[in-house]
Amino acid sequence: MQVTSKSFVANAKKGLADANLQSSLARLSTGFPIARLAAIDRMPEFEQLRDDAVAIKDHTLANLDAYLERYEEKVIESGGHVHWAADGAQARDIVLQICRDAGARTVTKGKSMITEEAGINEHLEANGIEPIETDLGEYIIQLRNEPPSHIIAPAIHLSKEQVAETFVTEHTDFPAERDLSDPRTLLEEARAILRRKFIAADVGITGANMLIAETGTSVIVTNEGNGDLTQTLPKTHIVVASIEKVLPTLEDATTILRVLARSATGQEMAVYNTFSTGPRRPDDLDGPENYHVVILDNGRSDMLGGEFNDMLRCIKCSACINHCPVYKAVGGHAYGWCYSGPMGAVLVPGLQGLAEAHDLPQASSFCGRCEDVCPVRIPLPRMLRAWRTKSYEAGLGSKTSRAGLGVWAYFARRPALYRPLMRVGVAVLAALGSLRGRGRFSVLPLAGGWTASRDLPVPEGKTFVEQWKRGKR
Amino acid sequence: MVAQPPIDMPTPPHVGLFATCLVDLMRPSVGFAAARLLEAAGCRVSVPESQTCCGQPAYNAGDQADARAIALNTLAAFEPFDYVVAPSGSCAAMIRVHYPRLFADDPELLKRSQALSDKTYELTSFLKDILQDIEIKAKFNGKITYHDACSGLREMAVKEQPRALLGDVVGLELVEAAESEACCGFGGLFSVKYPDISTKMVSDKTDVLIATGADMVLGGDLGCLMNIAGRLKRRGSNLEVRHVAEVLADMTADVPPIAGKDNA
Repeated sequence: MQVTSKSFVANAKKGLADANLQSSLARLSTGFPIARLAAIDRMPEFEQLRDDAVAIKDHTLANLDAYLERYEEKVIESGGHVHWAADGAQARDIVLQICRDAGARTVTKGKSMITEEAGINEHLEANGIEPIETDLGEYIIQLRNEPPSHIIAPAIHLSKEQVAETFVTEHTDFPAERDLSDPRTLLEEARAILRRKFIAADVGITGANMLIAETGTSVIVTNEGNGDLTQTLPKTHIVVASIEKVLPTLEDATTILRVLARSATGQEMAVYNTFSTGPRRPDDLDGPENYHVVILDNGRSDMLGGEFNDMLRCIKCSACINHCPVYKAVGGHAYGWCYSGPMGAVLVPGLQGLAEAHDLPQASSFCGRCEDVCPVRIPLPRMLRAWRTKSYEAGLGSKTSRAGLGVWAYFARRPALYRPLMRVGVAVLAALGSLRGRGRFSVLPLAGGWTASRDLPVPEGKTFVEQWKRGKR
Repeated sequence: MVAQPPIDMPTPPHVGLFATCLVDLMRPSVGFAAARLLEAAGCRVSVPESQTCCGQPAYNAGDQADARAIALNTLAAFEPFDYVVAPSGSCAAMIRVHYPRLFADDPELLKRSQALSDKTYELTSFLKDILQDIEIKAKFNGKITYHDACSGLREMAVKEQPRALLGDVVGLELVEAAESEACCGFGGLFSVKYPDISTKMVSDKTDVLIATGADMVLGGDLGCLMNIAGRLKRRGSNLEVRHVAEVLADMTADVPPIAGKDNA
């Protein structure tokens, strides 16, 4: 997909003006958080589980090479193939080659952020293979040729009326005058179409929520069951996953599962938690004949062991996104790539470069809610600040605000200059304010960012320190 | 974690009042209210003249060198006191949580900043958690709602303390707003760098504040309060906005609110 993180400010403006998006975001940012709280209330040991999840991820990341090798051995033992991709381009080529080897014309896809990241769909299409998204949300946005706006609710930016319009335009086999006002009818229509696609597909591609080193198993977590049909019906199953998805044991996976759905949607468990190991064995009733795993790095090994290491604990639950006031204001498309919200603001600069994504870590009020709700306790605000430090050192961002900050800092570190300057500054502002006589400014030079939508109170007139020194109490 | 009082508190405790740059420049009344509360609770209060700002704007802009230089100034100004108290969760958190991080690579400065960190408190937390059984002598006839500023709430565990203190104000009724823990959209320079996003956030915030039917919004951080007040005024609301210290110090009759009915 086209990366537009550089246009964050313009993208955000568009999001703020989109009424459909705004009503969806208002629902999302109350719905998921309330469900999450209720799920946690039912589970007194949740905080302990978070600590356990952190310990599991930290241990795995510290020994990532060993666990990845172990995982590879186990996949091969169970009859599967493992492919290593350094970046998205390599992953695309590997996936295309497997599809060609399978003689594929159509490919079904389970919902997967990593294939968005690697741009798998575009590459298959460009090479004459049709990818079909089977998660309802992903299916809808594929019809509309839009990127996902949320990592677990990809079509959250659309209203059901917009979806109905899209179905009428795209599903030309159906009577044009049909009633699609009930969401259930939308679901049934998509299901009828997708059923045929599931059966006809030559290859099924899924992501993985986890890879288990001790068994060579890939795990997917879904609510629609589409992932299971994607990975069991076609002759070939391709799993695409990034390096940090590996976990040592099945036991570890159960710990992650216990915090994952609760943090994401507030469910105890997602509806389908599917473990697949290798291709179909002789006694199996179903399953693919060929089982491939493409393991993607794409910049993550550079984060390993450095100041962004903890970001690799992320289990993609979306809790940080669901609780983020900035995401709630602008929606996911503003971030300009497949990841959004606080996790996106840390991850996108790491994967796309800071020059591309400079605005993302800046556009945070540092309210800290993301860190509060992260099941694996990623210090997201701290990482956003670390990106800002890198931006500052690289001279990125507005020259004006940098110069303004520099002047202010020059005085703030020199109290002997700061005091007299502030005394005068405050007196001038107060005098200006008293001319207006209302105790507030509604327009003020150089403060347009503030006063376009807010008044600014007029200072009381003398600084506190000065008055205190003169004995006022 | 909520702050715990030390076993060997000096008597009277000597408090360095860190007014914060916003209070110092924009609303000194909050500084006087804080001093009044601290003195009434038996503290000896000093206001070091060399204080400027905690350095948070530079720190959050990624300007480590300026942040460190400003932090060093604050460090020198406030080291001599038994306690450092600020009428702001955000500036207190800068000293308490972030100064040691800022000096993590310098053992000597780390030690000094950790010592400063250990004795730095947000005002209501200091009154309630450290001084504990203090007497609030204030009256306010009306309904208030409380906005939890993010840094105080999440970095300094300030939540119940201001509410408990307000419970002693005669005539005051507290009504909780929906999402009182949601950010108001101030975020320091965030509010001027991303004004559209900030405006949306403060619009949502003022919606829920107005919906409480309260007469007044209180909070512990002047930045957030100026943001909320500025938006309320622009929307034509008469909802008043004040720093919590002004009510606790019984100053509402002497000082006009940050926002409220126009007096002109």
